[in-house]
Amino acid sequence: MSSLDDLYRRVIMDHYQRPRNKGELDDGAISIELNNPTCGDRISLQMNVENGMIKDAKFQGEGCSISLASASMMTESVKGLTVDQALHLVDLFSRMMQGEEIDTEEFPIEDIEALTGVAKFPARIKCATLAWKALEKGVKQ
Amino acid sequence: MNPWKKDFPILFQQVNDHPLVYLDSAATSQKPNSVIEKVAAYYQGYNSNVHRGVHTLGTRATDAYEGARDTVQKFINANKREEIIFTRGATTSMNIVARSYALVNCKAGDEILLSPAEHHANLIPWQQVAKQTGAKLVYMPLEADSTILLEKVRPLITNKTKIVAIQHVSNVLGTINPVAELAKLVHEVGGIITVDGAQSVPHMKVDVQDLDVDFLSFSGHKMLGPTGIGVLYGKEHLLEEMEPVEFGGEMIDHVDLENATWKELPWKFEGGTPIIAGAIGLGAAINYLQEIGMDQVEAHDRKLTAYALEKLSKIEGIRFFGPLENRIGAVTFNLDSIHPHDVATVLDAEGIAVRAGHHCCQPLMRLLGETATARASFYLYNDESDIDQLVTGLQKTKEYFGHVFLG
Ligand SMILES: Cc1ncc(COP(=O)(O)O)c(C=O)c1O
Repeated sequence: MSSLDDLYRRVIMDHYQRPRNKGELDDGAISIELNNPTCGDRISLQMNVENGMIKDAKFQGEGCSISLASASMMTESVKGLTVDQALHLVDLFSRMMQGEEIDTEEFPIEDIEALTGVAKFPARIKCATLAWKALEKGVKQ
Repeated sequence: MNPWKKDFPILFQQVNDHPLVYLDSAATSQKPNSVIEKVAAYYQGYNSNVHRGVHTLGTRATDAYEGARDTVQKFINANKREEIIFTRGATTSMNIVARSYALVNCKAGDEILLSPAEHHANLIPWQQVAKQTGAKLVYMPLEADSTILLEKVRPLITNKTKIVAIQHVSNVLGTINPVAELAKLVHEVGGIITVDGAQSVPHMKVDVQDLDVDFLSFSGHKMLGPTGIGVLYGKEHLLEEMEPVEFGGEMIDHVDLENATWKELPWKFEGGTPIIAGAIGLGAAINYLQEIGMDQVEAHDRKLTAYALEKLSKIEGIRFFGPLENRIGAVTFNLDSIHPHDVATVLDAEGIAVRAGHHCCQPLMRLLGETATARASFYLYNDESDIDQLVTGLQKTKEYFGHVFLG
């Protein structure tokens, strides 16, 4: 099961079991809810954005290990970033999912590198990108 | 080995270095050589448009296409060939009933009775009808094992009930609904019943006169035929009074600049060049099934479903959805707290194809209290060894996630 081990790295399972930034922010936060209509995964993302900077991000959702771990990592990465920096990460992540060689050092947390294995499982890419799509939608609001 | 498997060339391949175990026939079935060859023979030998022109190929194509209609008619024991409309699939068939029958015949205050386990294809068209006409959707209660109890449905069928829309067999639960009894009840109050046969027609003898249903919809691709072909059966007197939903070539009789009249049944519902190769392929699929005999197909699929329930129930931490007996075609489950996508991915690494998700039944998932489930579904080319592989695969899934969760 070696390629499976590529998909399910230990850090991923760690984020799945102990999601960071799970919960809700106060009223007034930007709030986005996205579904993956083909499989029923759902994420609701909340962010506080002040003066073009993401102060805080939290998520809630239902989904598989990949989608929830990805959401956990995403929220950890974006705190303290400007909107432009966040959009750059969205782009970077999407290219990583398409199997492009990218510089994973650009991600604020190194855990995200563990998601590179998802690119080899085309059926699961949508799971990994759901939270990032929510981020993109949120910061563009 | 299973005596029919050899007819399905796709099944003899390696997936992720393991022999393919295909357990997703409720999504779409595989095709036997006889179907593939029949479709190829049409394209290689007599591809031509139908009902037009006088040349020889056109005549051959027309004969084959209309011959397929006769095959379907006999297969479901329809009274007349005019009652068989070729469509793109079950979804299209049900939309025709909703648009052409229900929009005209329903008004505010009328009721449409459905089960909450319907596939989106037999749910959303009715939501649209309700919105546009003011008719009300009424849902049958489900028992704890997700079955329907006729005694509890009976009081819901009143003289307000214009339509009962129900699946014959559930694609998630594998339950077989009491369609004939429901037909009797709704006819007593002057309503009609439209049946989603997408999961019953592939697995059992369905006799529309015996069941006395008014409409029956099904898809060729779930019963060994090609994609893109399906059937709408309707009682002649209902189809007669309905207007076509698509207008164009093939379906007209006389056309002038301001007006047109329609061809007679069944062609008035088949606007445009029909699905010729699809219909021919569906005819070949039905011939294949009939050579085996639908009683034997049903017995095989029921036996496998029961075997799967028995074997899978030995896996610790498995939870089934739907009844534990009298079901056909599919077993739906979740394993521990492992998300079904993760289950399906580990199984796929072992060459085992199952479905994970909401199976186009979001309201049912909510009733079951799950966002998604895993489903293994069976057809005549499966046998016990496929299920044994599934059991082994699920044991590995447990070990695998036990290991990463603990590690
Ligand atoms: C019970 C049921 N109804 C309707 C459909 C829709 O069939 P199709 O997508 O072929 O139109 C399906 C297929 O998934 C089904 O399982």
